[in-house]
Amino acid sequence: MGDYYVPAKYLLNKIVAADILVAPLITAKTIELGSKYSPDFVCTPFKYTLGTMIEALDEGANILIQFGGGCRYGYYSELQEQILKDLGYKFELLNLVTNGKANIKRIYKMIKRIDKKFNIFKGLYYLFITIKMVKYMDKIDDYIRKNIGFEINKGSFSNLKQEMLEKFTLVNNPFSLYILYKKYFNKFKKIKINKPKDCLKVGIIGELYTLMEPFSNYYLEKELAAYNIELKRFTNVTYLLLKFKKINKKALKKSKKYMKYQFSADASSNVYWTKYLCDKKYDGIIHIKSSFCTPEIGVMPILDKIANENNVPLIHFSFDANTSEVGIKTRLEAFYDMIEMRRK
Amino acid sequence: MFSNIICLGDDMKVGLPKGLYYYYCQKWVYFFNELNVEVISYDTTKEIIELGNEIANSEMCLSMKIFLGHIKYLIDKCDYILIPNLHYDKKNQMCANFNCLYDLVNNFFNVKLLTFDNAKEIKNYLKIGKELGFNTKQIKKAYSIANIKYNKNLKKLKIENINKLNSINKKILLVGHSYNIRDKYLGEVIDLFKKFNVDIIYSDLFDDDYYFYLSKDLYWKYSKVNVSSVIYCKEQVDGIVFFTTFPCGLDSLVNELVMRKIDKPYLNLVIDDLDSLAGMETRIESFVDILEQN
Repeated sequence: MGDYYVPAKYLLNKIVAADILVAPLITAKTIELGSKYSPDFVCTPFKYTLGTMIEALDEGANILIQFGGGCRYGYYSELQEQILKDLGYKFELLNLVTNGKANIKRIYKMIKRIDKKFNIFKGLYYLFITIKMVKYMDKIDDYIRKNIGFEINKGSFSNLKQEMLEKFTLVNNPFSLYILYKKYFNKFKKIKINKPKDCLKVGIIGELYTLMEPFSNYYLEKELAAYNIELKRFTNVTYLLLKFKKINKKALKKSKKYMKYQFSADASSNVYWTKYLCDKKYDGIIHIKSSFCTPEIGVMPILDKIANENNVPLIHFSFDANTSEVGIKTRLEAFYDMIEMRRK
Repeated sequence: MFSNIICLGDDMKVGLPKGLYYYYCQKWVYFFNELNVEVISYDTTKEIIELGNEIANSEMCLSMKIFLGHIKYLIDKCDYILIPNLHYDKKNQMCANFNCLYDLVNNFFNVKLLTFDNAKEIKNYLKIGKELGFNTKQIKKAYSIANIKYNKNLKKLKIENINKLNSINKKILLVGHSYNIRDKYLGEVIDLFKKFNVDIIYSDLFDDDYYFYLSKDLYWKYSKVNVSSVIYCKEQVDGIVFFTTFPCGLDSLVNELVMRKIDKPYLNLVIDDLDSLAGMETRIESFVDILEQN
């Protein structure tokens, strides 16, 4: 998912004595493979992950790791395992989250099976560093998203980020990680930008996989940045790992008018964020999801209602494995034209 | 304090839309009957589905559209509508749609709603009963009677259902959620089986005791029941029919897994808008033919 393979690879490299194979980047072929063997109407992340798994197995992986939780995500691994076994692959699939819970004892046993020398204290120490790393990455990403639309030299942000990620993987203790983070944050701040004070601001909300995997939303963020728009996105791994419960509680409190009960997965946070973006006078909201995403479909009418009441334009994008990129671009262009005209 | 209590005549009406949770809240029907509260619910018709189509989001599943259609149809016909937020623990979850029903209706329809969160069962009854203006004694009495009647009826149905396994006719296990296979309108498809000499065993009348033979991670309460029924009946039935509405989130994964793991003839019926039964009829006919040849 996006750049998050870097911390994940870092963690595994440090704690397990096994070859870590980073799954190849998602391409059109991945999706084709995934959709070919998937059931008809599963949500799109299933197809993407299945396609990636097949490609990784073809490259010689024999242990796959899958997360789960929330809505349908939690049940992915079991069916994917069955599908891949029916295809004749031999492998082991480790599901870290079962029944919506990450059972530490179970995970410990799993890792122990891969690597007998595994040391739990070492593991926890590097887990701590990894979580810190993800946190810093998300903070920097937030900054990038705000400013990338206004960079003077094209590509300066993404180049620097690549450099930073490479440096991050060499870190061995939390302190040096912090120093690196500060150093690069200053570098990012020094990048020349040409940002007007009243630039257009757009918030992006939606379902987590489609948001975080840039290929699955056809690089929507890049597309938007090209229009000189300041972006705000809430969903990131920090939110998923650390703030999920807190934000869900906050959401129930702050948007009592629209919801009484907690929805599953990210749906209730999305209601809260829509409200937040409306209150902060953003120019537009983009709601993206994979098709057939049940929790998001349920709250879409509520999001529409909030946006209508606050007079903020909201557009829905639903991504499937075979959505055409041109169609998305046209709609995005029209949306941009519309929010720009509203400004005037 | 007393101003909150509403004085009610005998003609109080509570609407219970016949979709989704209706089939899991059967006890409430008995409960309201005990309290002399009129329960209003209609069978699904073509008109109701069209009403639902008007307001529903295009990607919602057919069962959800039916539910919304029911709400719209009920709105000016009753004083209250009962919409619970059914959810259990992490190992027994409901479909994500069940969690947003109350808020969807509350945001878009102007109607008084009765609602409860699944805490302890008796507490829910006390809460709703008090909102309707009854006292604790009445509620507890009604609840216990409803409980007995409901359990008795359920037991009878379960025994009837399991006894069908011993019949000499061809036997088919119908796997689906209660709100699909018990629905009057969608049920027209199931009625097609009645032309042939087959017995239909319903999957929703089993317990969730056996699911882990087939799937360890499964965490949906009513999918567990369905999977258990497959495990239980696998040897005795001649064929299995999966009955799903398009695009059901749970069934898309669970049914696929079950289909891959069993070696029985099966038929996967996925229903979108039911415009003509002719196509279904052909498929069912050929499926029954296969069973008879086996």
